[in-house]
Amino acid sequence: MAKILKKEQWSESIFSMLIEANEVAKAAQPGQFIILITQESGERIPLTIADASPEEGWVQIVFQVVGKSTYELSLMNEGDNLYSFVGPLGIPSELEKFDGKVIMVGGGIGIAPIHPIAKKLKEMGNHVVSIIGAKTSDLLIMKDKMEKASTELIIATDDGSEGTKGFVNQVLENYLEKEKNVSQSWIIGPPIMMKFTVQSALKYGVKTFVSLNPIMVDGTGMCGACRVTVGGKTKFACVDGPEFDGALVDFDELMSRQRQYVEEEKEAYHMCLNERRA
Amino acid sequence: MAERIKPAEKFKRERTPMKEQAPLERIKNFKEVPLGYTLEDAIAEAQRCLQCNPAACIAGCPADVRIPQFIDKVIDEDIEGAFLEIKKTNALPAVCGRVCPQEDQCEGACVMEKKGKPIAIGRLERFVADKARELNLKDAEPTRNANTANKKIAIVGAGPAGLACAADLVKLGYDVTIFEALHKAGGVLIYGIPEFRLPKSIVGYEVEKIREMGVKIYTDYVIGYVKKVDDLVEEYDAVFLANGAGAPSFFGIPGENLKGVYSASEYLTRSNLMRAFDFPKYDTPITKGKKVAVVGGGNVAMDAVRTAKRLGADDAIIVYRRSRTEMPARAEEIEHAEAEGIQFELLTNPVKVIGDENGNVKALECVKMELGEPDESGRRRPKEIPGSNFTLDVDVVIIAIGQNANPIVARSATGVETNKWGYFVADEETGKTTHPKVWAGGDIVTGAATVILAVGAGKKAAKSIHETLSS
Ligand SMILES: Cc1cc2nc3c(=O)[nH]c(=O)nc-3n(C[C@H](O)[C@H](O)[C@H](O)COP(=O)(O)OP(=O)(O)OC[C@H]3O[C@@H](n4cnc5c(N)ncnc54)[C@H](O)[C@@H]3O)c2cc1C
Ligand code: FES
Repeated sequence: MAKILKKEQWSESIFSMLIEANEVAKAAQPGQFIILITQESGERIPLTIADASPEEGWVQIVFQVVGKSTYELSLMNEGDNLYSFVGPLGIPSELEKFDGKVIMVGGGIGIAPIHPIAKKLKEMGNHVVSIIGAKTSDLLIMKDKMEKASTELIIATDDGSEGTKGFVNQVLENYLEKEKNVSQSWIIGPPIMMKFTVQSALKYGVKTFVSLNPIMVDGTGMCGACRVTVGGKTKFACVDGPEFDGALVDFDELMSRQRQYVEEEKEAYHMCLNERRA
Repeated sequence: MAERIKPAEKFKRERTPMKEQAPLERIKNFKEVPLGYTLEDAIAEAQRCLQCNPAACIAGCPADVRIPQFIDKVIDEDIEGAFLEIKKTNALPAVCGRVCPQEDQCEGACVMEKKGKPIAIGRLERFVADKARELNLKDAEPTRNANTANKKIAIVGAGPAGLACAADLVKLGYDVTIFEALHKAGGVLIYGIPEFRLPKSIVGYEVEKIREMGVKIYTDYVIGYVKKVDDLVEEYDAVFLANGAGAPSFFGIPGENLKGVYSASEYLTRSNLMRAFDFPKYDTPITKGKKVAVVGGGNVAMDAVRTAKRLGADDAIIVYRRSRTEMPARAEEIEHAEAEGIQFELLTNPVKVIGDENGNVKALECVKMELGEPDESGRRRPKEIPGSNFTLDVDVVIIAIGQNANPIVARSATGVETNKWGYFVADEETGKTTHPKVWAGGDIVTGAATVILAVGAGKKAAKSIHETLSS
């Protein structure tokens, strides 16, 4: 059981929650994730940790409503208890003080997991350049937090409603065209965005790390649902990752595997919406 | 109260059969297959016991259940007495009565076994435990002992090894805490073994009884992430590692990452722990194949293939590389599977999973095998027959070729030695590891074994921990 301490709705479909989880908050490091279950009949939902306060004992999660489970999570309120909340899981990001600049690219909901990594890198004295993007201004999350966590912040929207008009990979290319002193980059967002942004970074010889979100069950290496191919080898994203060298990831396989249950998910979501309406 | 019958009568009487759901009926549901004994059945069976002293059956039981003693009480219809007798040494009787390989343990050692009709000890144990649950019988109170009460024990993993160790230590008065990674306690009992062999409500009940005895069970608590074993060693007087061997194996053949290929662990976890068989009432989905191939010949493979059948597969097929005689699964499980219409492709090994344009499984390419010389295990080594490749049209493939050690716990345990497969090195009799405050037992020491051996390991560790802490 874990209590929802605070809930905010950031856009039509994006929510943030602070969850009371003392020990998770104490142990959490950038790059790690949690798994939660809303109720006894629920499924295990993996979500990357967006922020954590060991002093106040909470973990922040940010999610977008994409199906039944995230919809039901969005209906829960402050004071409600999650049926289960486990973490931190996965290998933390490997962070250090780099010689050159580090670039953080966050797309859409991927800005949330980029945040703790940027924050920590900046604390370690790095020059952090963050490029965050979304479809449109309304969907651009965590601007203030990213502002604080970055030395330079560049904003992009697909429709130009805020910041530069265009995709984050284009913005990254423009930046790398001028700036040569870059040590490394983190790129987190939807797989298709990661795939193209990694290609952009590689054009300029910049090493990339991406955080993968395949379907998971236990999240502790016991089932293999989260298999991804990295450098031609099968890895379990939950225990070998979730971060991997972007150049080596088979994104097409990841995208295909993420769609394994689309039919079932649609069925469940429709049934759930109909029940709520009735 | 029933009478004690004469020895001659005992030898004449046959083993009392247990009723089962009919095969064609049971493949349509997830309810338990064997239906259990009635009181009359139980008494008739109990009367056959020779009451040997010393009892070979007890020696055959890793949990030291006082078998003749509890059986004798069944004849008197003293359910409570029988129950307490079992519970003295075994915290999980309803579980063990169902899933133990009794033919290799107590029943294998039974004197009546020589006549081919050992006492049905497992069925009797199940009967007593089920009746006790119906009657909501209480366990004996744990001892209150000032010497042990201030000693704290940490246990990693709430599978049978961890639970058995916890129950024995709490009975001695220790302050016992179990840390469990999943959201429910029970280990393989809750996530692996299917509902139709072991109803989850029964596991839940026996776990609850252990909690009521005073064991603290923290679920959703992954050792290695939230806390290290090193931290537990600092904070507790003794630590017992019982994290099981849950990491799945794959072949590494082409197409293994197509949609529709599962490890048996994933398939069974979805169906059992997450109750995907009840989708969409429960949210976790599972791909319900029409033609399902399960690769492997052990108990896990039998559980997976029988689950696939119940999820609606028209064809549920075991693909196994040796012949039927070498199959490691219990004879009873293979018979159950056959009765349910499971097909067997023996002397067959997969070489490649074939997908359609959307990345879904559409076939499994296999090769025929023949048996050559015996290998280290004594079983004849299978060899490919060149050019014998053929394909099975299937839409789900489940890989059930064994589990490995998961390194999360071990890498947080300084000074606790592991072997080359990542299993903890522990003394067989005491569970002692290379660290003076750390014990280990169950599948994480032996590799995938059985519930009762895990229970036995938990009990041995409890005894050794008690000896160490009280000396
Ligand atoms: C499908 C299947 C069917 C089986 N059928 C039978 C049968 O019929 N009869 C029989 O006798 N045996 C059977 N077995 C084998 C038997 O279940 C195991 O041998 C037994 O459960 C081992 O017990 P254990 O306590 O060592 O480990 P487990 O039961 O594996 O329990 C280990 C526990 O530790 C937890 N854990 C793991 N890592 C961590 C961590 N880092 N932190 C905290 N907790 C952790 C796990 O979540 C789990 O709950 C079967 C096994 C399977 C997979
Ligand atoms: S989610 Fe089960 S192994 Fe990764």
